[in-house]
Amino acid sequence: MSGNLKGLIMHSLRLGIKDLLVFARDRMMLISFVIMPIFMMLMVGFIFPSQNILKDVPFGVVNLDEGSMGDQVVLALQQMNRSQSNLMFHITYLHSKGSAVNQIKDQTINGALVIPADFSAEISAGEQAAVILITDQSNPQVSASITGTLNALVSSMASQLASQNVAALLPNVPNPQQLIAPFTIQTEGIIPGNPNYFEFVAPGIMAMTIMFAAMMGLAGSISRERELGTLDGIISAPISRLSIILGKSFAQVVRGLLQAVLALILTVVLFGVVVHGSYGLLALLLLLTVFSFIGIGIMISALASQQETAMTIMMTLTFPMLFLSGALFPVQQMPVVMQGISKGLPLTYAVEALRKCIVLGTGMSGMMTEIWVMLGFGVIFTVIAIPVFNRAITR
Amino acid sequence: MNMIEVEGLTKRFGDFTAVDHISFTVGKGMVFGFLGPNGAGKSTAIRMLCTLLRPTEGSARVVGFDIVKEQGEVRRHIGLVAEKIILYDQLTAEENLTLFGRLNNLPEEQIKEATDKWLGRLHMEAWRKHRVGTFSTGMKQRINVARALLHHPDVLFLDEPTLGLDPQTTHAIHEFILELREEGITIVLTTHDMMEAETLCQQIAIIDQARIVVCDTTTNLKKLLSADNTTVIDVEIANLSEAMLSQLKNAESIASVTQSDTYCVRIHTRNTDNIAPILSALNAMGASVPAINTVLPTMEDVFLHVTGREIRDKAAASVPSVGGRRWRGASRVR
Repeated sequence: MSGNLKGLIMHSLRLGIKDLLVFARDRMMLISFVIMPIFMMLMVGFIFPSQNILKDVPFGVVNLDEGSMGDQVVLALQQMNRSQSNLMFHITYLHSKGSAVNQIKDQTINGALVIPADFSAEISAGEQAAVILITDQSNPQVSASITGTLNALVSSMASQLASQNVAALLPNVPNPQQLIAPFTIQTEGIIPGNPNYFEFVAPGIMAMTIMFAAMMGLAGSISRERELGTLDGIISAPISRLSIILGKSFAQVVRGLLQAVLALILTVVLFGVVVHGSYGLLALLLLLTVFSFIGIGIMISALASQQETAMTIMMTLTFPMLFLSGALFPVQQMPVVMQGISKGLPLTYAVEALRKCIVLGTGMSGMMTEIWVMLGFGVIFTVIAIPVFNRAITR
Repeated sequence: MNMIEVEGLTKRFGDFTAVDHISFTVGKGMVFGFLGPNGAGKSTAIRMLCTLLRPTEGSARVVGFDIVKEQGEVRRHIGLVAEKIILYDQLTAEENLTLFGRLNNLPEEQIKEATDKWLGRLHMEAWRKHRVGTFSTGMKQRINVARALLHHPDVLFLDEPTLGLDPQTTHAIHEFILELREEGITIVLTTHDMMEAETLCQQIAIIDQARIVVCDTTTNLKKLLSADNTTVIDVEIANLSEAMLSQLKNAESIASVTQSDTYCVRIHTRNTDNIAPILSALNAMGASVPAINTVLPTMEDVFLHVTGREIRDKAAASVPSVGGRRWRGASRVR
């Protein structure tokens, strides 16, 4: 028995090393191996906004105010604009509300602030005045950002004005601001700094890279050998079928991990992502991620006799998983049904655990659910896959 | 002792029967050939014997081991040269051989020894450290054969070993197979090449449409024709036409007519060794006949005789063509 076990391990290793050697010597495969994570990282890293801020948005300002308050609003807007490293707005000064509307229609500006003629007068008269924000309804996301930014600007100006008024009316009040806004909101993160979208997607991309390597790599490698005919040589050798699977899986695990590490290095070096958790835990999670997909990979490669079929099945499985797992978009924003589906996908848990570890620095005890689920997926699929593979390989 | 015993072996893929109840035995040290057209079931039969496919019905023993119940033992005792070359292009000749040697549980020094021996005998020693991907098909096939022989198998399976090879390599492989035969290795090969079967095999099973039509020694197979009173003649007809061909085919004393080139036909007589009626038939249809020869039957004639059809599609480009002989039933030229 121990001899059998030793043979099994030796043969698995030999086959795995053979696969890695074949892979390392195939220039095209090697190039795609390095290019894939880099390409993914760069693409996702740069197409998505790095932060939810406005940048160089063409914006119109129409100041019709006959008093001085309007000028102050415009000045505050200009100051806020200049305080950022990049200009938020590219401001165009217009003379009427009508021209602002027309320019939005022409899409030369994405919104406009109109200060009415009686703005100062109304404030002086003790009435509540208003500035008008014309939004571009064809571009809801930018509009929402503009609205948020201007709301903040206007309320801060208004509260300044209010505190001046309060101070004038009630000179004895030590902190007039307290009277206007008795409490405010204060945000506090659990990690230092301000994480950007990239920090959100980086764990997702790492999980995804591993998923592709484990599923596609495995299925591709088995069906390629089947097509080339070399699989016949391995099957007709007096070795256990299990060592074929183990050997193939071993090679794919190594490949997947290398790719994930490459992705990790890229995120750290290129996008300044900081790993807040421990590297040991991270390595364990990466390994678990590979494990949770290997069974599915084996099963599909056993069932699909042609490389092309295997790839098609893979794409059908991996693509929706990519979108539903929360790798790229938050699961919480999805409809309830989709959230339910998302809970059934191993990638969801891999992404979640990796995100906890990388972004939040959560320890192992904080992600036991994810770890158990991944282990479960891996064990169940591998247990199903091995007999399926054994049967399929000699029809 | 029989190295291979096959009894009613059958393989079905869904509704399609690839191998239909074949039975035969192969004695130790024999070269046994499966001869048949593409798609006849030769490869499927070999793949079952190599434990690469599970039989649907029937049983077989290879080197005394059951191909279903004792797969591991079977694998230990066989070498396989399949239709596709079992080598990794990215590995060198030596690396490939070492890998498969190890998978066959050979000790390192034995692998080294066997590698030296077979590479030497196959004249590939110089290419030992080169990657297989840079080799020609012929060179690859030599290494492939070395791989199959590395662990000194009792039975060597060769599935179309010379398919697509140049005449030189084909000749070298033939010579090599004959050498192995001398050394007492039992060989099972498939081929659709009559010449190959005739040169190499002591025993041939003609397989057609999943069934073994006849299985006997090469000499006995050729005697089949004379036993049936069939004479093979080549007739050159200077003014050969489509009409003449069909007339010949319908002639009483003719079993089959095959056009071998533009002006030449091969005729199998039906139950007669008298060619006089054929001559008068030719005369009656106004054929101009510069030459006529009685020839010794080849395996091709044997195949035609037992299956009623030719083994391969000859280029039908020559005038006057025999229409539609590319497809199975239609190629019947009786």
